[in-house]
Amino acid sequence: MTTVENTGNRRLSPEELDAFGAEMEAIRQRIVADLGEKDSAYIYDIVKKQRAFELAGRALFYLPVVGWVPAVACLSISKILDNMEIGHNVMHGQYDWMGDPHLNSRMFDWDTMAPAENWKYGHNYMHHTFTNIVGKDRDVGYGVLRMDEDQKWHPYYLGNPLYAFLLMTFFEWGVAMHDLEVDELVAGRRTWAENKEIGARIWRKVKKQTMKDYVLFPLLTGPLAPLTFAGNFTANIIRNVWTFNIIFCGHFPAGVATFSQEECEDETQGHWYYRQLLGSANITGSRTFHIMSGNLSHQIEHHLFPDLPARRYPEIAEEVREICERYGLSYNTGPLHQQLLGVFKKICKFALPDRKKPAAAEVRSAPALEGVAA
Amino acid sequence: MALDLGGRILRSRTVAALASPHGIDRYLTQINPMLAAHEVRARITDIHPEVSAPGAPRVATVTLQPTSTWRGHRAGQHVSVGIDTGEGRRTTRVFTVSNTESKPGEPLTITVRAHEDEHATPYSISKFLTERATVGTLVHLSQAEGDFVLPDRVPEHILLISGGSGITPVMSMLRSLQRRTHRGKVTFLHWAPSADRQIFADELDEIRRQGHGVDLHILHTADGAPYLSPALLEKLVPGYREVPTWACGPASLIEAAQAAYDGTESLRVEYFKPPRTAGVAGGEMAFARTGKSVANDGATILDQAEAAGLTPESGCRMGICFSCTTNKSSGRVRNVLTGETSELPDEQIRICVSTPEGDCSVDL
Repeated sequence: MTTVENTGNRRLSPEELDAFGAEMEAIRQRIVADLGEKDSAYIYDIVKKQRAFELAGRALFYLPVVGWVPAVACLSISKILDNMEIGHNVMHGQYDWMGDPHLNSRMFDWDTMAPAENWKYGHNYMHHTFTNIVGKDRDVGYGVLRMDEDQKWHPYYLGNPLYAFLLMTFFEWGVAMHDLEVDELVAGRRTWAENKEIGARIWRKVKKQTMKDYVLFPLLTGPLAPLTFAGNFTANIIRNVWTFNIIFCGHFPAGVATFSQEECEDETQGHWYYRQLLGSANITGSRTFHIMSGNLSHQIEHHLFPDLPARRYPEIAEEVREICERYGLSYNTGPLHQQLLGVFKKICKFALPDRKKPAAAEVRSAPALEGVAA
Repeated sequence: MALDLGGRILRSRTVAALASPHGIDRYLTQINPMLAAHEVRARITDIHPEVSAPGAPRVATVTLQPTSTWRGHRAGQHVSVGIDTGEGRRTTRVFTVSNTESKPGEPLTITVRAHEDEHATPYSISKFLTERATVGTLVHLSQAEGDFVLPDRVPEHILLISGGSGITPVMSMLRSLQRRTHRGKVTFLHWAPSADRQIFADELDEIRRQGHGVDLHILHTADGAPYLSPALLEKLVPGYREVPTWACGPASLIEAAQAAYDGTESLRVEYFKPPRTAGVAGGEMAFARTGKSVANDGATILDQAEAAGLTPESGCRMGICFSCTTNKSSGRVRNVLTGETSELPDEQIRICVSTPEGDCSVDL
């Protein structure tokens, strides 16, 4: 079962898929050959800005009353930059070619509860390999939400909007716990033993994060400790809400396709690119907006080329769009409010049991499948 | 004192907790690249040409002022040097420290011969250091490493053997012995192509003139000097097989020395370059992550991966820095340094010094 036909997209013949894949591969190789000074200068500059916002944020907590709001703002910006444009992208190996151990995917860890090592498995491997394959990509609903009609409805999902709200607010905890695959554990498909090491890593990281944001930095401000504590808490929540919204706009707005496990067996490289393209969605916005979203506002380009430096996505986007037009494939993009509305509708829609589909829709989709099975 | 206290605070657990998960050095370097609590960085303070004969590769001694985190070195040890040579890339190579043993925070020197390095992009580090680097250039260092060192109690008679730029660790030993006012006897054999390519020529002349217990033999192969053999060693150092010996140089010299000392425990060696004991060709070398595979030609996995168009991370290319460590999911590999083979599934291997033996799959 696939939901490509509901997205207004055409299916490509095997030959077309190969040609499409080759065009994508050509873009990738051109960018790889061009990596250099400008990319390294860019990421060093972002790191410098992130550190400056962090230091400013920590320092401003010493100014009672007037300093609190700017302190929270600086710290939120710092944490967002750290998680999005630096952490997420560095851990994808986007800057491994630079040879700087501090910007290397094997060494980097980020300012959030989820330990790098767990996250790289769940995200880089599971999510990026099996993107939007229902039943394999654990990011479809995160094992908590129902986000696709192929997920069977259950009265539990009536709470979909509430779960989404809680996940948004405490997103960093959600991301950390995600790797424990609790739903799989409950279902008996996963053992406690498999989780032992993952859980130990989460515990170590949670201790460190909690210690600095909720104990040490507040204590350092002496009598202002409660304010600093509240400020750090607020900055973490702001970062959570922001990253949740950006990330949910990447795969869940209206018009994004999902795929079945059967159709992705023995997948060709062309089909892999095709699936990445149709399974992702972009958000339009200013340059600053793109940087603050870690260029995940270019989720389509990110999914096509997860290990290319994110600053390249805007330039690649032009080309990808043009290729999509030629192949008659939709390029899902829109302003933040539009994409968020699509996500919100989906969260609410799938909270309820499916309405019976008109039989005609299934008949209509059948001819489109011809010649694609290979 | 104040600096020491500052350093202790910066290295404290509290500061580490505050700077988590990035580490305090990531913040200090934004203020000043010469501030560090754990890492070692250094600025070049002098570049002194050693050899600039026409047609010969340039050799230069580079003096480095390290951050206060430098823990010093023992004569004979080496250090990883990482340099941003352009195009936004940092390349790391290993060089022996050539000055007398240093104490924490003290300057060190490395003596570098320029040579082409096809794997360094865009510029070979040794060429960069001898031709492009200037006073003030910042480099990244490791702490000194390696067991090719003199013991604290130096035996009454020792033999030092070196070839080409393998003279650097041996020279560091000799200089340190002179500073320690070693009273025993040192026999020093060195092979070089010719007089005008001789590194440290003036200093060696001085040592030869003054003597002071150093019996120096410089053998220039261009002038028909004999190569290392048991007969030559016996002639220059009677009973050499009983004399504690340190040897460093190209693979051919080391192999000759190992043959001459076979069956004794007197010889300690340092390879200047890893010996190219070719692996066994045959089978398939698979790179699992990219889905590529090549027919195993017996070269190191790093070389084969690069020949297949991959760009795995790597550093020293001689098994020292561990930056090329990769997961091998299946197959048997041979460590070209030790000759040991291993075939555990899912083991971490250094691909720069591992050759596949038959079918092999790594996570690249």
